[in-house]
Amino acid sequence: MMRTISVLVENQPGVLSKVVGLFSRRGFNIDSLAVGTTEDKSISRITIVVNGDSYIIEQVEKQLNKLIPIIKVKTLEEGGYISRTLSLVKVSASAKTRPELMKLAELMGARIVDVSKNSLTLEFADTPERTEVFMSLVRPYGIKETVRTGAIAVESGHTVI
Amino acid sequence: MINGAQAMVECLKKEGVSVMFGYPGAVICPFYDAVYEDGSISHVLVRQEQNAGHEASGYARISGKVGVCVVTSGPGATNLITAIATAYLDSVPIVAITGQVRRDQLGKDVFQEVDITGSVEPFVKHSYLIKDANEIPRIFKEAFHIASTGRPGPVLIDVPMDVQLDELDNFEYPEKVNIIGYKPSTKGNPLQVKKALSVIEGAKKPVICIGGGIINAKACDELRAFAEKTGIPVVSTMMGLSAMPSNHDSFIGMIGMHGTPAANKAVSNADTVIIIGARVGDRAVKSPQAVFEGAKIVHIDVDPAEIGKNVKVFVPIVGDAKIILSEISDKCDYVCPDEWKEEVKEYKREYKRNLESRADIEGFVNPVKFLKALSDKMPEDSVVAADVGQNQIWTCNHFEVKEGRLLNSGGMGTMGYSVGAAIGAKLAKPDVPVVAICGDGSFQMQMMELATLVQHGIDVKIVIMRNKNLGMIREIQKNLYKSRHIASNLDGSPDFVALANAYGIPARSIGSNDEIEGAVNELLAAKGPYLLQCMVSSEQPSL
Ligand SMILES: Cc1ncc(C[n+]2csc(CCOP(=O)(O)OP(=O)(O)O)c2C)c(N)n1
Repeated sequence: MMRTISVLVENQPGVLSKVVGLFSRRGFNIDSLAVGTTEDKSISRITIVVNGDSYIIEQVEKQLNKLIPIIKVKTLEEGGYISRTLSLVKVSASAKTRPELMKLAELMGARIVDVSKNSLTLEFADTPERTEVFMSLVRPYGIKETVRTGAIAVESGHTVI
Repeated sequence: MINGAQAMVECLKKEGVSVMFGYPGAVICPFYDAVYEDGSISHVLVRQEQNAGHEASGYARISGKVGVCVVTSGPGATNLITAIATAYLDSVPIVAITGQVRRDQLGKDVFQEVDITGSVEPFVKHSYLIKDANEIPRIFKEAFHIASTGRPGPVLIDVPMDVQLDELDNFEYPEKVNIIGYKPSTKGNPLQVKKALSVIEGAKKPVICIGGGIINAKACDELRAFAEKTGIPVVSTMMGLSAMPSNHDSFIGMIGMHGTPAANKAVSNADTVIIIGARVGDRAVKSPQAVFEGAKIVHIDVDPAEIGKNVKVFVPIVGDAKIILSEISDKCDYVCPDEWKEEVKEYKREYKRNLESRADIEGFVNPVKFLKALSDKMPEDSVVAADVGQNQIWTCNHFEVKEGRLLNSGGMGTMGYSVGAAIGAKLAKPDVPVVAICGDGSFQMQMMELATLVQHGIDVKIVIMRNKNLGMIREIQKNLYKSRHIASNLDGSPDFVALANAYGIPARSIGSNDEIEGAVNELLAAKGPYLLQCMVSSEQPSL
């Protein structure tokens, strides 16, 4: 089962390697990982999507909590959060397919961020699930390159971690 | 104005450090020079860095304070790694200070540069690489705090040489630490404590299973009070040994792969197991699900990550064993049923009878008899450090600890642990006798420390159970590999009596049970270090 875990850490050198090292050492599977600063420059937020049963998720939480620079760990409630990944997709585009792709982008809410003679680069920011749908729609046109960030997530409503 | 090295010394003094264990090298020389100038901290020069770590660890365990060791960069630091991992797996509070190359050379693979903070990451509680001399006071304060609170463990501080030489703007040792992400819980959740009490009240066949956490939490008195009040039988993991006297009426013995059948039987027949300060590792309980089948488990530990990791728990309580035990004890009117108490005592008597009916192997010292004699003759508060192998299993099961302490490398099983641990213990408690017990294999991993004993006049006695083999490996080969003995024979080893004498240490060798009494007397009467070799049969089983 995929679970999304939000982690607040002190922004000091080596924190990310501690977190990543812990996952590989203990055999936890990371599906995706995203890091960035928060409102407070001294604190970073790591969003980790983990594949594991409830025993694994409990261990991930507890082991992360043992790392000294880690301030808070929270596994987000299923259905209780908004999650986004950002994708940049370079797709083959000919004079014939370009209009179709532009239509598709509009329909899906993707932005066209670069155009060349035989390609188009699309920017798509949405839930991991919608991203899969989007990818499957553009795939038939020929994807040259995909770059995708790990998911970031925030709880819905007024709760904060 | 003081420089980084002087600031480091000031920090150690603020932490009450009076002795440290180490080995110098060029990049830690500024620090050593500041120690020289200050003159108030004594230094034990080891003969190989691993021992500095074990000595700091033995010191920490017996003094209840943080042990300190110091080494240089590169090979000095990597030699220390085994001891750091050993301390980590046994939750021992040590602070390891490593010299490092200059800041501008970091990451350039210069002479004797290794990424030591990166190397030890999986088995330190925390580590620091100091980049600014002004950070020294805060970092030292935090390091000692982290090492000694919550679940204790090693903390490493890596200090580049130029940081040691830089001047600080001003030196002020912080009163308090403020680490937002580190606030270990001490008090147990009242709801869980209540639940635990009701589980205990309903028990027909309860057992208390203790681990090293009892000793770390300084909860031995509370444990004894609880066991005496309720009459619940007590078993122990290897690390919990000596938290309770082994001749105590309620104490059954060590559990696990190398434990006694009596203790293992008590656990598998129990309907309620109260685990305190033990992580239930694989050596203590091989397949917890099967062993604890149908039993209700109350698990008390300061490290939440240990609860539910190896065993499914009915009532988890996170917190300090001392506080929780005394609370449970206060609120508990439970008395263990007599039939169960009797049943368990009979397990113990049966084990004793079986042991005594076993024939001695002619022409050798029987380690079981030797250890019994040693524990009978040693003062009650003595400290014994066991090594690893058969010698350790014999010591754990047959040395009767009373008010003293038994030191073990339980988590790592690090051969070469005992003499270092004993040296540290002796410096922590100079008034009590300290004995290291090792095998002829493990002794040869640490025999360079004989010089340390002599140089610093440290009164540690060494007993070598000499079976001319890596006994435990030989036993595994015998039982599981059709006696195809390979790489377990120790031919080529020296005459240990002559070796000790070469260091000026008196020594003796015995080869029969008749000599045990005289030899133990001689060992205990010797002023200063002494080495006793007991010739043991390679056929002598571990259990
Ligand atoms: C550093 C290290 N290397 C290897 C081992 C594996 N090992 C465990 S017990 C043992 C044999 C120990 O032999 P000895 O010290 O002679 O003790 P004995 O078993 O004969 O009492 C070995 C090699 C270990 N525990 N530690």
